[in-house]
Amino acid sequence: MLYVRLIAMRLLKAVVVLFLIVIFNFVLIQLAPGDPAAILAGEAGATDEEFLRQLRERFGLDQPLYVQLWHYLSGIATLDFGWSYRQGMPVLDLILARLPATLLLTGTAFVLSLALGIVLGSMAAARVKKPSGSLIMALALIFYATPLFWVALMAVVLFSVYLGWLPAYGMYTVGAGHTGFALVLDVAKHLVLPATTLALFFMAIYTRMTRASMLEASQQDYVKTARAKGLSPRVIQRRHILRNALLPIITLAGLQAGQMVGGAILTETVFAWPGIGRLMFEALQQRDYNLLLGIFFFSAALVIVFNIITDLVYRLADPRIKEAS
Amino acid sequence: MRKTPLALAVATLAFTSALATADEPKRGGVIDTIIQPEPPGLVLGMVQNDPTRKVAGNIYEGLLSYSTDLEPRPQLAESWDVSDDGLVYTFHLRDDVRWHDGEAFTAEDVVFSADIFHRELNPSARAVLQHVESIEATDDHTVVFTLAEPFGPFLLSFEAGTFTMVPKHIYEGTEFRDNEANNHPIGTGPFKFDDWERGTVIQLVRNDDYYEEGLPYLDGVNWHVIPDGASRAVAYENGTVDVLPNGTVENFDIPRLTEMDNTCVTEEGHEYFSPFAMLWMNNREGPTADKRFRQAVMYAMDREFARDVLWNGLGQVPLSAFGSNAKFRHDGLEPYDHDPDRARELLDEMGYDGEEVRLLPLPYGETWTRWAEAVQQNLREVGINVRTQSTDVGGWNQRLGDWDYDMAFTYLYQYGDPALGITRSYRSDNIEKGSPWNNVEGYENERIDELFDQAATAYPEEEREAFYREAQEILHEDVPVGWLLELGFPTIYRCDVKDLVTSGVGVNDGFRNAWLDR
Repeated sequence: MLYVRLIAMRLLKAVVVLFLIVIFNFVLIQLAPGDPAAILAGEAGATDEEFLRQLRERFGLDQPLYVQLWHYLSGIATLDFGWSYRQGMPVLDLILARLPATLLLTGTAFVLSLALGIVLGSMAAARVKKPSGSLIMALALIFYATPLFWVALMAVVLFSVYLGWLPAYGMYTVGAGHTGFALVLDVAKHLVLPATTLALFFMAIYTRMTRASMLEASQQDYVKTARAKGLSPRVIQRRHILRNALLPIITLAGLQAGQMVGGAILTETVFAWPGIGRLMFEALQQRDYNLLLGIFFFSAALVIVFNIITDLVYRLADPRIKEAS
Repeated sequence: MRKTPLALAVATLAFTSALATADEPKRGGVIDTIIQPEPPGLVLGMVQNDPTRKVAGNIYEGLLSYSTDLEPRPQLAESWDVSDDGLVYTFHLRDDVRWHDGEAFTAEDVVFSADIFHRELNPSARAVLQHVESIEATDDHTVVFTLAEPFGPFLLSFEAGTFTMVPKHIYEGTEFRDNEANNHPIGTGPFKFDDWERGTVIQLVRNDDYYEEGLPYLDGVNWHVIPDGASRAVAYENGTVDVLPNGTVENFDIPRLTEMDNTCVTEEGHEYFSPFAMLWMNNREGPTADKRFRQAVMYAMDREFARDVLWNGLGQVPLSAFGSNAKFRHDGLEPYDHDPDRARELLDEMGYDGEEVRLLPLPYGETWTRWAEAVQQNLREVGINVRTQSTDVGGWNQRLGDWDYDMAFTYLYQYGDPALGITRSYRSDNIEKGSPWNNVEGYENERIDELFDQAATAYPEEEREAFYREAQEILHEDVPVGWLLELGFPTIYRCDVKDLVTSGVGVNDGFRNAWLDR
């Protein structure tokens, strides 16, 4: 019952926040230099006044800003996100077509980074003064500090060009006509490089955080008590230390999950993954306002949803956190 | 097929084996290639941008096509007559052409396409149509265009990208841009639209009912969408794609790729477009408004260096406003060679005080950025105080459209005839705020306007020459813009892809005659 009320309250707030975000984004985008009609005309390499007039009229760009904003807001109220100037399709269709690819990629990367990060971090914490522990930390530092696009390109050079093990780009083999299990396998193969690339950075953070936070927890009195009781080190590590060390990691995981849509631009571009990040980048370059606003809206909504989920998980992990927070 | 010197440097083994097996085209196979960036739509005539032209040029056709010497050749029109006064053009259409949905292609489609569809939607066709008084279908397979005055380049306007033939039975009476059929383009070309996975691939399949016996040889073409330049190079390296159309890889990747086995390069297939890189210089204000300053810029730039180092030796250093493929080019002009001393003299003479000049590179990739740096360095050597600015495409468009620049890079297509592609950059009635593709530099010269007017409408063809000669002399002296380079756009492909480029717009209808020797 408590949860239901909590969620309802949060959703109500979310609507207000989203409304403000939409208005803010709308104004912000108008401040960017560049006129969508001129860009479309420029792409065509040929233009005349008539052409520009047609474009502006068709997309309502000739109307005052407040009228455009009103149209946009009343559209959103009915889940109509408008029309993409450049792609010539409804924004909602475009986003829904690309969302699954992004969720698959970032979801996989999320799970991968969280799982590996926690495992590696725990290992490093357990091997604090051993070379193996130092090695893990060194690797984590390298992956933390290396730019994502460079990692991606090097991964392609090694695994795709040099060794030829994994496909370098795309989501499935074009023209192969795979179905069923073969298709799943094909997509999985294509997923390896981009998902790993995307996962490395957060994996490094989780590793470092897990280790630090576990080392801190291991100094607590309850751990000493557990040791005095004669529990095995493994059980102490898992039940007493790790569980208590998880809270900061949940915070960070919540943030990462929220970034899942926006954060994949680079990876999606390098690996030609047909997701939202790329769509957003292209929309930005084309000044495709409606599409850009639509993607902002979805990203914002996703961040809000994951914030709510994070709060709920907090409560599960540590029952001491009450509704008051 | 003629190869560039670069291609000749390719492993001789692959080259000789290719020669040994040539001749008899083989049927079958699918070619994988790249489209960059992803086109906004595939209905040619509704969208005229370059990626659309590249893909849709295989789906749609025009009345004529053009040889690499820009001579008109039959396509949907079997033959054509021109009246003695140059006013009436009669096209005789093929009678065995069908649209991809099975309907017959007739003269009514031509009238609808030219007179209604393109008049409403297509700025480049509109520019030609202003010379046309009437378009009539005299029977099912004959169309008569009557001009208001002779227009020299008229026969060069019927290429698929400018006067695309669109099906009347699908578009008549509808709101063209909202037509459901736009998602499934229907043309008369050798390939049919099959599928478009946005962000991944556009697939075309062979048109089994194509009117030319035996064509096309391929079963289909897959256009992969790969947004990152390095990944596109990798796609070729690891064998996923066989053809890299121009602009798909960065220039610095080209030498590496062309050294691969079984790899050929050609600069052909761009004769119709002849992309011409220019340096807009603001003729209205600042140092660039002074003719001597602009001449100094021409002498200061080392254009050979830019071609050899940045463009891998592809392309040609232009003499002046008319490119080497342009008709009526005046070869007698004195070239602006790299001559820093002369540039310094000119700057002294005008009393240039070191005022800062802004330079806007074209935001189309690495090569352009580096090129701007090279020009900046050249200009600094002679004492011009240059600062480069960086923008994205949107900002670049706006800056040029608002005339808020001193010098800026661009490139424009020439379309074979000066009246189509060159005039637009210099005529004063083409000065109009808001577009980065007209007379952006703000050059006004009554004599030039007169000459270009007379040259466009003089008839027959030979009468045009004298006007263009004088115009070129004036432009050469005034330097309204800097002429940088006639770009050599290389198409890189596996040598066992045969007959890839066979016309003056080769890259745009690229796969009509192509076949695989495997």
